[in-house]
Amino acid sequence: MMTDSEVLPAHDAPAARTAAAARREHVGRLLQHHGALIVLAVLVVVGSVAFDFFATPENAASVVVSSSFLAIIALGMTFVIISGGIDLSVGSLFVLGGVLAAYGSQAGVVVALLLPLAVCGTFGLVQGLIIARTGMAPFIVTLAGLLGVRGLMLALSNEGATTYLVKNPAFAALGQGELFGLTYPVYIAAALALLCMLLLQRTGFGQNVFAIGGNEHAATLMGVPVVRTKVLVYLMSGLLAGLAGALNAARLSSGVTILGIGLELDVIAAVVIGGTLLTGGAGSVTGTVSGVLLLGVIQSLINQIGDLTSSFQQVVSGGFLALVVIAQRLLSKAQRLN
Amino acid sequence: MTDTTTAAPATRVDRTRLFAWLQEYGVYAAVLTLLVLNVLFTPRFLDVANFRTQLVQVTPIVIVSLGMALVIGTQGIDLSVGSVMALSAAMVVLYLGYGVLPALIVALVAGAAVGAAGGSLVAYVGVQPIVATLALLVGVRGLANVLVPQLMEFRNPDLIALGSSSVAGVPIIVVIAAALTLLMAFLVRRTTFGRQVVAIGGNRTASELSGLPVKRVLMTVYMISGALAALAGVLATARLQASDPTSLGLFIELSAITAVVVGGTPLAGGRIRVLSTVMGALLMQLLSATLIKHNLPQSWTQMVQAVIILTAVYVTRERGPR
Repeated sequence: MMTDSEVLPAHDAPAARTAAAARREHVGRLLQHHGALIVLAVLVVVGSVAFDFFATPENAASVVVSSSFLAIIALGMTFVIISGGIDLSVGSLFVLGGVLAAYGSQAGVVVALLLPLAVCGTFGLVQGLIIARTGMAPFIVTLAGLLGVRGLMLALSNEGATTYLVKNPAFAALGQGELFGLTYPVYIAAALALLCMLLLQRTGFGQNVFAIGGNEHAATLMGVPVVRTKVLVYLMSGLLAGLAGALNAARLSSGVTILGIGLELDVIAAVVIGGTLLTGGAGSVTGTVSGVLLLGVIQSLINQIGDLTSSFQQVVSGGFLALVVIAQRLLSKAQRLN
Repeated sequence: MTDTTTAAPATRVDRTRLFAWLQEYGVYAAVLTLLVLNVLFTPRFLDVANFRTQLVQVTPIVIVSLGMALVIGTQGIDLSVGSVMALSAAMVVLYLGYGVLPALIVALVAGAAVGAAGGSLVAYVGVQPIVATLALLVGVRGLANVLVPQLMEFRNPDLIALGSSSVAGVPIIVVIAAALTLLMAFLVRRTTFGRQVVAIGGNRTASELSGLPVKRVLMTVYMISGALAALAGVLATARLQASDPTSLGLFIELSAITAVVVGGTPLAGGRIRVLSTVMGALLMQLLSATLIKHNLPQSWTQMVQAVIILTAVYVTRERGPR
């Protein structure tokens, strides 16, 4: 899918560069782009061999179903991070989306979906406008967003005391209905992933996102619509977080006010593990999907190894994230030297 | 195309001066205003007990944000501080059998070790501070929970005394925080190390070229931040009279970053304002206390905080292309 094999021969190779170095660089790029996928495959194989319960369809389905919500948010985050930004508000937007969807489901399915999308989209839009227009750091703007959105969520839910229940069966079916043993959110996540892949790889918008993340100043000089692209990227992130929240509310039949706190960190970890550079300018949707699934598989393995508590999952995720960023750094250093 | 400063030159100069003034004194003015408003409108605000409660509550945030100010001064960020607090809370009860001092030392060493891990990722491997410390945030919280899975009470009288006794009416932990503030102010303003930290934050390449020990200084900065977070964890545990790695220090990184930013330290590095950072922490505490005293719910506090953060950063932001 990537264009490595086409780029390498066309490169004007200096005489000193040996075939071994070229091969090393090729392996390096492969690792950076598909590292998460490789580790995922290894883990799945090891898990299937080592534990009987791991390779069962039920377990696979549970991993995929629980990953789908993280995946939807991570898609938006992928665009944000490739553009050189970060969005810390998605965890709060996810919760807000759930509360709004459960609240709106009293008035029908359409309202239950549109209300969270409209509100979360507006938050994304405003954050994008502030970031793009004033040049304030995305980190701090979305941090304020995290607090503000959480405050709004608490205000709506009577300081977290009220949990709106989804009593609309049609809306609940959206999160709970099954097709071939998998719930609808899995298919929605898959369709969105495909869409995002096309958007990132095959459209001018995707190219603009890469250009801004690679070098914003150069992108501005080349006439890339920097402000518009940035605003769109944060709008997308907000919309996807709201959608994931709405689907989650449908799955749980209620707008839970405590889940999803700190979710932004899981999402960022998944995106980074998937090979998207936090410095911007490089990354892929497939990598992000692999990263999300990898975190899901790690969690599933640890849950099933009896005497390990879920705290171990955090230790492993944190350690893994550290390894990935070290590897990314070394790989990109090696590439720059070549 | 999208220049926001298209106003006439005269008003622009005024705005620049206003922003500079706000960055310099805004936080003091805000604290003063809130104090005056409270004295006028909040019943029993001037009680000594009230001040004590507020100060004791804000102490962990103040201590953590001192380290955070140092890290942000180097153009970095330390997200791991809350998890370090949890780890030190776990460590201190595990080693309490050897006495308070050894347990305290173990906790501080553990915090500094986490800081060293983050610092070496940032300084030697070249990982961005936000990811390096994010990995630690996730991993170290897990580690603390593995060590002490659930709330663990303790009965060591010395540690309890550390959390609850007072010197001349002032709680010991507040005295410690005040002493650390002065120490940090001295470190930043009057020592070579402080100058080096600010220089690295201002321009890392130039610092490297002029022969500053950039990597060593960065490492030290993150270790100091880790050790301070660990101390905050121990003090909070002492006050709680129980070790609670699951929830201790949760989201304190946000409060600490807020305090630093509201205090006027630019996120772009190169400048550290220690006393203003403490003022920033006090402002946020005072704000939430004021809202609570007037029966406004927690949700309001968070929304107001969001607005204050945005205003503070807008005022201190760097102008021009970076």
